[in-house]
Amino acid sequence: MTELQAERTPETLSAPRIETRSFRSRYLDVLIALVAFAVLAALPLFFGSKALLDFVIRCSAFGLFATSLNLLVGYTGMISFGHGMFFGLGAYGFGLLMQRTGVPIPVAFVATLLITAVVAAIIGAICVRLKEIYFAFVTLAFQMLIHSTILTWTSLTGGDQGLRGGIPRPAFLGIDLANHVHLYITSCALLVLGLLLMRQIAQSPFGYTLRMIRDNARRASFIGIDVWRAKLTVFVLAALFASTGGMVMAMFVSGAYPEFAYWTISGEGIFINMLGGVTTFLGPMVGTVLLLNLNDTVTRFTEYHGIVLGVVILFFAIGLRKGLMDYVLEWYTQRRDGSGERG
Amino acid sequence: MDIDALAGCLASPACLVTQTTSGLIIGMLLFLVAVGLTLIFGVLKVVNFSHGAFYMFGAYFAMTAYQFSDSFALAMLCGAAGTAILGLIFERVFMSRVYGADVLMQLLVCYAFVLIFDDVVRMIWGPEFKSMGMPSAFQVPPLFIAGGVVPPYYLLLIGVALVAAMVLGLGLARTRIGKVIRAAAHNPGMVSALGINTGLIYGGVFALGGMLAGLAGALAAPVRSLTPGMGFSVLIESFIVTVIGGMGSILGALVGALLIGLIRSFGSLGFPLFTEGLMYLFMVIVLVSRPSGLFGKEVA
Repeated sequence: MTELQAERTPETLSAPRIETRSFRSRYLDVLIALVAFAVLAALPLFFGSKALLDFVIRCSAFGLFATSLNLLVGYTGMISFGHGMFFGLGAYGFGLLMQRTGVPIPVAFVATLLITAVVAAIIGAICVRLKEIYFAFVTLAFQMLIHSTILTWTSLTGGDQGLRGGIPRPAFLGIDLANHVHLYITSCALLVLGLLLMRQIAQSPFGYTLRMIRDNARRASFIGIDVWRAKLTVFVLAALFASTGGMVMAMFVSGAYPEFAYWTISGEGIFINMLGGVTTFLGPMVGTVLLLNLNDTVTRFTEYHGIVLGVVILFFAIGLRKGLMDYVLEWYTQRRDGSGERG
Repeated sequence: MDIDALAGCLASPACLVTQTTSGLIIGMLLFLVAVGLTLIFGVLKVVNFSHGAFYMFGAYFAMTAYQFSDSFALAMLCGAAGTAILGLIFERVFMSRVYGADVLMQLLVCYAFVLIFDDVVRMIWGPEFKSMGMPSAFQVPPLFIAGGVVPPYYLLLIGVALVAAMVLGLGLARTRIGKVIRAAAHNPGMVSALGINTGLIYGGVFALGGMLAGLAGALAAPVRSLTPGMGFSVLIESFIVTVIGGMGSILGALVGALLIGLIRSFGSLGFPLFTEGLMYLFMVIVLVSRPSGLFGKEVA
């Protein structure tokens, strides 16, 4: 494709250069991911605190969920207010498969992803042609449908009690998830791998198609992009990563509860994205760490943590009008450009 | 699934009357909430995600006023007026800052207020279930229509909602204020250039929407239990109503609300575990066949 274009018009000669740059940055991403994983994996060697490891596991679950939501919100401009349904679906799917069938963990993992893909494809096919606020609320409606199904289908899901009795975690390939450190390392691996994959999606030509759809869907469709298909694809992909986050959560708490599929999870996801910022890839990750810290601190001091969270949201939405990482990025670019002019 | 129960009910006039009335009151309450939502969306172009909170506040205001004064009329008035003032303040101080910002910001400001309002109610009235109790004026034997039981309060509720629908519909279509509101919905810049204070109209429309939701809450207070967070399920249902009826259409809100009410009341007979599912299923069918809703004008 690039060769064809290069032959036709000399202007597009710049295209291969972009190719090489993204090729190099892909290696850089892998390198960063490896370093990040090494640092996280070495953590238990230096800090024995179980609370810290628990915190990182929760960050993995919510980080995967929030970053996958950013694929929709930040990259494609699809504000899903029901993304939490896939988080819940992952937790319940994995938990039920482990409890009922007793298959090995990797099989349950892949099977849950398959189930999520099918459900996401069906829901997405209905939702993605709707715009903005319609999309937001119809996804929310589906979330409530899944939540009420979980509540009423007591014989399968345990109703409002959730999946109790623990999720069996038989060892596989020498990994024993009942062991806290093993669980921690596995969560970190899933997080880093998930982030790396999502980064590849975001930087791929498909990722740039998504940005184009966000900026001008009509123009994208004029140049021959099947907008509906691209949106549906990213909807399903994002659902898969959210489902992985849900599975990490289910492994961590050894159960699944209706709250995992409740709309507040989606609300928190949107808020995390807002908090961290949607213009950078790692913004949602920063937001996750911030929100979980905030939640832990606030619940320690007051039972009315809704008020505190609400005020913080208002501060970001009306005061800053952007997320923290957006703010930092803007500050950094201004500073760099400013010093560039001087020098 | 219990199709026999549903068929049995459809065959008996008594059951038919009872179920239809209960469907109508669900529908009418939903209509009052949904019409405010659709009005605010039509004029201000924002979806008030915190609309359910106004319903909740209406119910709590009415309960408190009733406990203090023992007057049902005053309770309704407090529920409606209190939420109208709340709506005006909310719009002028907060929502007006995010017009023109992207949908995410509007959604977040409303999300923040859902959290805040729920906790405020929890602080003032406590987290437990509350009940206002049926006012003494309506503690009379129920009417029997074709053998079906109809509490008189239900008739009042349906009547009030119908009057509200008519006043709103005629007011928007016939009066000067109605024309100004419709013009502001169409082209706010031009309306403002003609020397009309659009900020006032926006605030007024928001207050009107809040008032209708508050009235619905106040009317629901004697027949439903009050709890923080009670507004959220109503919000979701009224959003489904506006999606079915078409965003921005008052007639659509009325038809959508009645359909959902009837689906709920008859569905609870035939599919007791899947009543909510039926509602979503109906919404999906409408969306797939008519993406802009039954009475929506533009394509969503």
